[in-house]
Amino acid sequence: MREMIISELTQAMHELARGFAHYLPRLIVMLILAFVGWVIAYVAKVILRSILRLIKFDKLSENAGASQLLTKAALPSATEVLSRFVFLVTWLGFILLGVSVLGILGLQEQIARFFLFLPRLFVAMFIMFFGLLAASFFSRAALLAAVNANVPSPRVISFAVRSIIIVFVMSIVFEELGLAEQTTLVAFGIVFGALMLGLAIAFGLGGKELAQRFLEKKFVRGKKEENEDELSPL
Amino acid sequence: METLSPRVSSRGRAEVHAELKLEDETFLTDDFLRHLINVGEVDILVGLPTHNNAKTIGSILQTIQNGVLKAFPRERAVIINADGGSHDGTPDLVTGISIDDVRPASNLYALRTLHSISTKYASSPASGVALRTILAAAELLRAKACIVMSPESANIDSEWVSKLLRPVYCDGFDLVTPTYRRHKFEGLLTTNLLYPMIRALYGVRIREAYTPEFGFSSRLGGQFLNQNNWNDGTGAGAELRFTLAAITSGYRICQSFLGEKEHVERRGADLVPVLRQTVGALFPALESDFPVWSRVTGSQPVPTTGSEQEVRLEPMRVNRKRLREMFSTGVAELESVFQSILSPSTLGELQRIARLGEEEFHYSAELWIRTVYEFAASYQKSVISRDHIIQALAPLFRGRALTFLMENRNSSANEVEKHIEGLCLEFERLKPYLLEMWKSRE
Repeated sequence: MREMIISELTQAMHELARGFAHYLPRLIVMLILAFVGWVIAYVAKVILRSILRLIKFDKLSENAGASQLLTKAALPSATEVLSRFVFLVTWLGFILLGVSVLGILGLQEQIARFFLFLPRLFVAMFIMFFGLLAASFFSRAALLAAVNANVPSPRVISFAVRSIIIVFVMSIVFEELGLAEQTTLVAFGIVFGALMLGLAIAFGLGGKELAQRFLEKKFVRGKKEENEDELSPL
Repeated sequence: METLSPRVSSRGRAEVHAELKLEDETFLTDDFLRHLINVGEVDILVGLPTHNNAKTIGSILQTIQNGVLKAFPRERAVIINADGGSHDGTPDLVTGISIDDVRPASNLYALRTLHSISTKYASSPASGVALRTILAAAELLRAKACIVMSPESANIDSEWVSKLLRPVYCDGFDLVTPTYRRHKFEGLLTTNLLYPMIRALYGVRIREAYTPEFGFSSRLGGQFLNQNNWNDGTGAGAELRFTLAAITSGYRICQSFLGEKEHVERRGADLVPVLRQTVGALFPALESDFPVWSRVTGSQPVPTTGSEQEVRLEPMRVNRKRLREMFSTGVAELESVFQSILSPSTLGELQRIARLGEEEFHYSAELWIRTVYEFAASYQKSVISRDHIIQALAPLFRGRALTFLMENRNSSANEVEKHIEGLCLEFERLKPYLLEMWKSRE
């Protein structure tokens, strides 16, 4: 009885040792990969940060309106956020690569899915950034044009332009990420339709006189409204 | 690059050895080049950019012909019409008008032929492309002296030709800019921004740096043709860049008083396009000309024939309420834009005066100059889209225009001139502020 217990314990110890001996190199490989990944991720972060500072990415982000969002969320500058994001994604990639070396069943499939998802994540971020940039540019252009044309409520026009572009951009981003495609499609349809209906009603009710003046100015000859500077600037 | 060398024509016309460097896709049409080759070398060239000017082009052309025949009967002359896609037959009218229409009426005779050539440079008007076409023609024809005339001026006089050409042809000047007799409230952008700023920065007192009428030498025309960047589409503001190029390259400049300035069509509403053509040409030039203007202190007058400035004083109807409203609305609505362009103190001061009533409203010279200089520095830094910076200046200019109107409501010609001179001196005094911002933003 005693011998049997000793024998079983010995066997278990052997198996544990064998298992440990089997996994130890993989564990070491994983740790090496994690360390190498950290170094590479850190170097990538430093290089990216330098490039972004060189191209004045923070200014671009400010123009896009992204910096304001980051400030509100108590996050650092856009350059810092993007650099850290690249660092984390790169390092996480290496860690997951190391974990996959361990050969744990089920985990490998999830890791493969993560790597497949990465390019889509980057594309989505790219679309979102330039979408915000476009929204900022066109809303400002609309604001300036409305102010200089003396159109009432220029900020509303500017806000409407920005909102429409952002709704478009977000729908593209969600589609790219593959998140709740049907829900996004329906939500986009509802939001966009509501926005258009709202504008139509607002213009029809609130802007009746404005529309009348606009059409008269455009088509009725002889009724020239006094809306010009009488002065020649040159 | 392609080199054109038009040679002897079979009919014994003068040989033309003009060489013209053109872009890969030459912008002058074959037909136009053929006409130029047929003309041969000329002494005098009159450039006439047009776009749907059929109503006035006939009389303008006859006035120009008259002026050439009167002042330069022995010289070989050509009129080059650069048309921006007229739909009213303007080019046909130009080529259809014969020199014989002028001779009997004015009893004038030329010893040489006066040619009129028309070319369509584009399907829509672009002043820069028109100027480029005229400069290229002048270089090809080896014209010694050239002028550009505007069909928008309602009261062109035949004397204008002589007044703009003679200083170049006879006295060796390279650029002749005009001065006019105008109402004290006309040309407010010129008197409140262009003239004082160019004077303060470049040190040259040119009253009309942006003008549709001017005379120039072949040397200046050739240099500008080959050195200017023509790749910006319409070439808006090329006339101003032309003047600035003459200043920075040290060419001899003078002014000539032409008399009354009247436009065929009264304009005033399109402030933003005007700002694009003028301020939108001046601000980028400051970037490339920084080594020149940063060293200049004070300013020097330029030789002037006739009056430097004459002012009409008759009452004029101006919608002051609207100017103030557009200023106040602009300052309030564009706050986020101004935050990117202006310093907090300047913006705060603008917001303060935007709340004032019409009678208390005062946009001081110093605040206006600080505004303009901060706009220039922000433009250089591209804090936002450069075109947006130019557009954002429009409501502020209206505010400054209102103050100028109120200050000079009952002023005499001398008092108006004194106010303009005071503004110019303020621009010169505050120039270090621009330099400071320019350097700090680098």
